[in-house]
Amino acid sequence: MNPIYVGVDVGASRTKVAVLDLSKRLIGYSIKKSGTDFSKTAAECLKTSLEMAGCTEADMVGTVSTGYGRMNVLFARETKSEIGCHAKGSYLYFPMAITIIDIGGQDNKVIKLDENGRRTGFKMNRKCAAGTGAFLEEMAFRLDIPLDEMSVLASRSTNMVKLGSFCTVFSATEVLENIRNGKKVEDIVKGVFFSMIQRVLEMDSLTENVVMTGGVVENNPYMVSMAEELIGRKILVSEHPQLAGAIGAALYAMDLFPAPSREL
Amino acid sequence: MAAEEVVLRRLKTSKDIGKFMSDYYHELDAASKSGKQKIAWCTSVGPAEILRGMGFLIYFPETHSAMLGSTRMATELIPKANAIGYSPEICSYLTADIGAFLQGVTPLSKAFPGIESIPGCDVLVYNTNQCRDVQDWFAWYSRKFGVPSVGIETHRNVGTVTDTHVSSIVGQMESLVEPLEKIAGRRLDMDELKHAVALSRQCSDLWEEVLATAAAVPSPLTFFDGTTLMGPAVVGRGTQKAIDVYKLLLEELNERIAQGVGAIGEEKYRIYWDGMPVWGRLGPHSKLFAGLKANVIASTYCSSWIFSALDPEKPMESMARAYTELFIVRSDEYKENYIKGKLELFHCDGIIYHDAKTCPNNSNCRYGLPQRLQAQTNIPALMINGDLNDLRLLSDEQTKTNIEAFIEQLEESKA
Repeated sequence: MNPIYVGVDVGASRTKVAVLDLSKRLIGYSIKKSGTDFSKTAAECLKTSLEMAGCTEADMVGTVSTGYGRMNVLFARETKSEIGCHAKGSYLYFPMAITIIDIGGQDNKVIKLDENGRRTGFKMNRKCAAGTGAFLEEMAFRLDIPLDEMSVLASRSTNMVKLGSFCTVFSATEVLENIRNGKKVEDIVKGVFFSMIQRVLEMDSLTENVVMTGGVVENNPYMVSMAEELIGRKILVSEHPQLAGAIGAALYAMDLFPAPSREL
Repeated sequence: MAAEEVVLRRLKTSKDIGKFMSDYYHELDAASKSGKQKIAWCTSVGPAEILRGMGFLIYFPETHSAMLGSTRMATELIPKANAIGYSPEICSYLTADIGAFLQGVTPLSKAFPGIESIPGCDVLVYNTNQCRDVQDWFAWYSRKFGVPSVGIETHRNVGTVTDTHVSSIVGQMESLVEPLEKIAGRRLDMDELKHAVALSRQCSDLWEEVLATAAAVPSPLTFFDGTTLMGPAVVGRGTQKAIDVYKLLLEELNERIAQGVGAIGEEKYRIYWDGMPVWGRLGPHSKLFAGLKANVIASTYCSSWIFSALDPEKPMESMARAYTELFIVRSDEYKENYIKGKLELFHCDGIIYHDAKTCPNNSNCRYGLPQRLQAQTNIPALMINGDLNDLRLLSDEQTKTNIEAFIEQLEESKA
């Protein structure tokens, strides 16, 4: 047996699975669209990530699920909140007092940890998509630009167009108005990113060390550069920021379900 | 965190409270049908004792609105009021209640068989201590029924309650007497007024004792119980019946304490709730917390019907003082100290602030108070967004995630 721990993060937009070995090394992972059948997607992600890790289900010592669809993961033995999982998954790579900014598909979180990795507070966005991945998707749709090209486009901007509204729908109207007024697409896209970061930064104050996680961050590195410019310091980003929640869930599994060898 | 089997221990006295409420509404209904006794509509912390001193029966629209919320009728009715110009941004008690009137429905008819509608109205009497919206709410009914709406404009942001505050409210209350006497068709009987103030004070003292039982570990009471048990304190102020039912309740709670019986299966975390309840989610929220071994034991809201200044020997002055000492009209400095005292008294592990979209006066987390209080007490705080009545302003999933994560945080900090 090759003992492994599995974390499953079923988000509103994407499902992520992370496989850790006993040394907490990420040895397998998978990311898929969550779709409408969370159980099926989670099972598919598990299969892919186990293949990547060269393991089988028999090797799984413990599994924890998190995210909005956490209750739909049939093979998980326990559930944890995504706040806790993002905290744990981030602290693994940055073991110090940190503020985590997670930009997810439909919600944002700001989580504060002390130097021991204990949560001292957290905030989620209000019931509104402003500043989330859903906002970015809507803007990409309005601008008729593939989502994965937004980051590169924004980096080419020389004259950012600021969007004034809090609201995703009103922002879309502003985007159309700017297009009509002949503004350059890259300048509008930069304004879209700027708006997202502003929404997140107004959620809570930041401590010295800031970590960013989430799919939006993984797919749009420009956003991190812009956030760094805005807060005036370097932001910490792990190798797989989108997997922070899933990795955290696997770490919870490690705490909850000791490997057979550990019990001896 | 997986929710475990939920154990919620129902209080036997809740049946007596239910009977109290049923009798109260049936009495109003009978008076409304017979026309034998005048009915005053009054805000929840309006000058009820003056009305009792003139023989009025009293109906409280805010309690009706809370029922619209708890029966989840409100969300369907609010748009009716929106459509006639009452914004979805203003008090959803107001919009739900006016919406219900426009639609011709009431939760009373389901809850209390035999009652088909809300009672009639001879006069509307308000105190703006809850908010300015009550004035506009009553103004609508005043136009609709063609009856007067009279009231008291309160002081706000009150630090220390001074004689100047009190005398100005006394003046306003005295000026209500003559117009109310005309509607009542009789004089204000000072002995009846003093008697009503004495009964209100006894009711308030008993309600305070009831809430104080939650200081026991485990607490025999939850905030969610409290929101319905407080009915007599709101609508029965100034009556003997409210006192009688609270004596029974107190006895049962003290029995629980003596036997070490808590209101939930296992009480590992003790939470303070600031702000309005989400009326349409009382059941799911109580189960959610109990499943996480957390008991919401105390609240600002339920404590709002404690009027310790009431003194039958000085009825007007003491009413003015009691209704100005209310938490809701006080300065943030006062509020901070008040909540801090409650967190200590009830040995709370955490505090949850409900930011109710349409109720700014009961949402105390909009001007940095939670952050200041956390810095002083080191007690973790969580803010949740929602509303008292309008469920369109609520995200159940987000609320659940927030609360689960908060309890996880408390668990980790205790570990």
